[in-house]
Amino acid sequence: MAKRMELNEVEVWDGNMAAAQALRQADVDIVAAYPITPSTPIVQNYSKFLADGYVDGDFIMVESEHSAMSGCVAASAAGVRAATATSSQGFALMVEVLYQASGMRLPIVLTVVNRALAAPLNVNGDHSDMYLGRDAGWINLCSYNPQEAYDLTLMAFRIGEDLRVRLPVMVHQDGFLCSHTAQNVRPLQDEEAREFVGEFKPVNSMLDVANPVTHGVQTEEDWHFEHKARQHHDLMNSVPVIKEVFAEFKERTGREYDLVYKYKMDDADVAIVALGTTVESARVAADRMREQGIKAGVVSFRVLRPFPFNEIVEALGDVKAIAAMDRSAPGGTFGMLFNEISAALMAKGKHPVVLNYIYGLGGRDTTIQMLEEVYKQLDECAKAGEAKYPLQQFIGLRGPKLSFY
Amino acid sequence: MLEIRWHSRAGQGAVTGAKGLADVVANTGKYVQAFAFYGSAKRGAAMTAYNRVDDKPILNHEKFMRPDYVLVIDPGLTYTADITANEKEDTKYIITTHLSKEELIKSQPKLEGKEVYVVDCMQISLDTIGRAIPNTPMLGALMKVSGMFDLEYFQNAMRKVLSKFPQKIIDANMKAIERAYNEVR
Repeated sequence: MAKRMELNEVEVWDGNMAAAQALRQADVDIVAAYPITPSTPIVQNYSKFLADGYVDGDFIMVESEHSAMSGCVAASAAGVRAATATSSQGFALMVEVLYQASGMRLPIVLTVVNRALAAPLNVNGDHSDMYLGRDAGWINLCSYNPQEAYDLTLMAFRIGEDLRVRLPVMVHQDGFLCSHTAQNVRPLQDEEAREFVGEFKPVNSMLDVANPVTHGVQTEEDWHFEHKARQHHDLMNSVPVIKEVFAEFKERTGREYDLVYKYKMDDADVAIVALGTTVESARVAADRMREQGIKAGVVSFRVLRPFPFNEIVEALGDVKAIAAMDRSAPGGTFGMLFNEISAALMAKGKHPVVLNYIYGLGGRDTTIQMLEEVYKQLDECAKAGEAKYPLQQFIGLRGPKLSFY
Repeated sequence: MLEIRWHSRAGQGAVTGAKGLADVVANTGKYVQAFAFYGSAKRGAAMTAYNRVDDKPILNHEKFMRPDYVLVIDPGLTYTADITANEKEDTKYIITTHLSKEELIKSQPKLEGKEVYVVDCMQISLDTIGRAIPNTPMLGALMKVSGMFDLEYFQNAMRKVLSKFPQKIIDANMKAIERAYNEVR
């Protein structure tokens, strides 16, 4: 039986420690992992917990991230709780197996510490890896600080393992800005966390030899489409379960989560939509703009997949100008947030000005001043009732300004 | 909000120092942030670490900082790193050196007219801990200069932070903190 770890009411943890502690408290049976900056300390801390007697499960060292996720798939199909952590290139190498995990309906939890994708090689934070995997059929939860990385990792097990869902869940946190930034975290004690997460419930366990099942089958055209449709159906219908788990977590901790995150949106004329730590920095900028009489707000996705279509329109529907801030190289189009928000608003008959800002790639600093500039541009657009700036701008970039359309 | 920038070489313990300080301050009910820039730094490379302290949750995640305190824990960085970057009018500098304050300012004229304190964290850590780990003595000096906590309170708090280490190492760190507290000028 694993030893109990006495935790302070307030710990000072970085995002990696927060995620590692959540994995420890969730009584994961198998962690199969391969290290990569900046998520290395998650599995490093976890394996230390195991060596020190705080974990009952097993840690499998593998030779690559492809094998790490394959190990999790095997463990989960065998009928136990499985989790791992990765970043960037490691995430990219996992992608093939991410689709296997969701297609096989295995409720694996993956903590992703978001980092840029090479080339050029860069170990710092942006959202390239998150964007690469967002359509892999996983539930995607987004944190903005270490506390949320901890909370959402615990909740990920409950959501993914629910018998109405049975899908894998990713929890995202920003590389370095969250993963290596120590902040106040209020953890649950071990027994509270264990009670919240609950026992793993095996479904179609491979090791249940009395009831033999086949995993990883081939279907071709006769059944593939029906499988994928069912998978999408259940992903779309995971929303009530996510809300239930958020509500129960709030009851226990007082900490409130919703599908869409909103800050000062009740009367906002202009809004920044972003992901990760930028959401909190934008709150600081929004407060400063309000001192100058600009009604600024912030919106983010707590749940990026399933996409909260109605909730995002509700959050942004009455705003006059919106900045969709994408921290990922757009690869020949607009950023994902711009595309998805614009589509949702248009489909519901809303036509605010929407501008796309590409920022912070490879860890480029996102300053409060930069965010204030974005709000000032939005304010001009809101007052004019039309886009007064190019629809896509790169900000915080050295050299000549880069913009399109 | 109180903001602190550390100048260090990778391996000298600035990250541990920044996190230790955050731990102690968080115990008093304040909100803290401790982070560092590594890049792909190797041991010995110049690096910076940061602390923010506030009475309310810290939401600011920008790397940019106008520090209230600059802590230099490697003597050479006074000359090779941009230790006055983004300074304020009243930024206070606590610098590890074997020189007197006058000699230091003469050797690095950009410190002229600034609020500078000197302490030999290198020698103190060599004398007490037996290794050049100048982070805990720097915290002792910061306590004296800032008046953040009195010596005894801070030592007791640091004992808890260091509780995973053998008693000998904890005792040596306590001595290092006390010496720096008393010797900073």
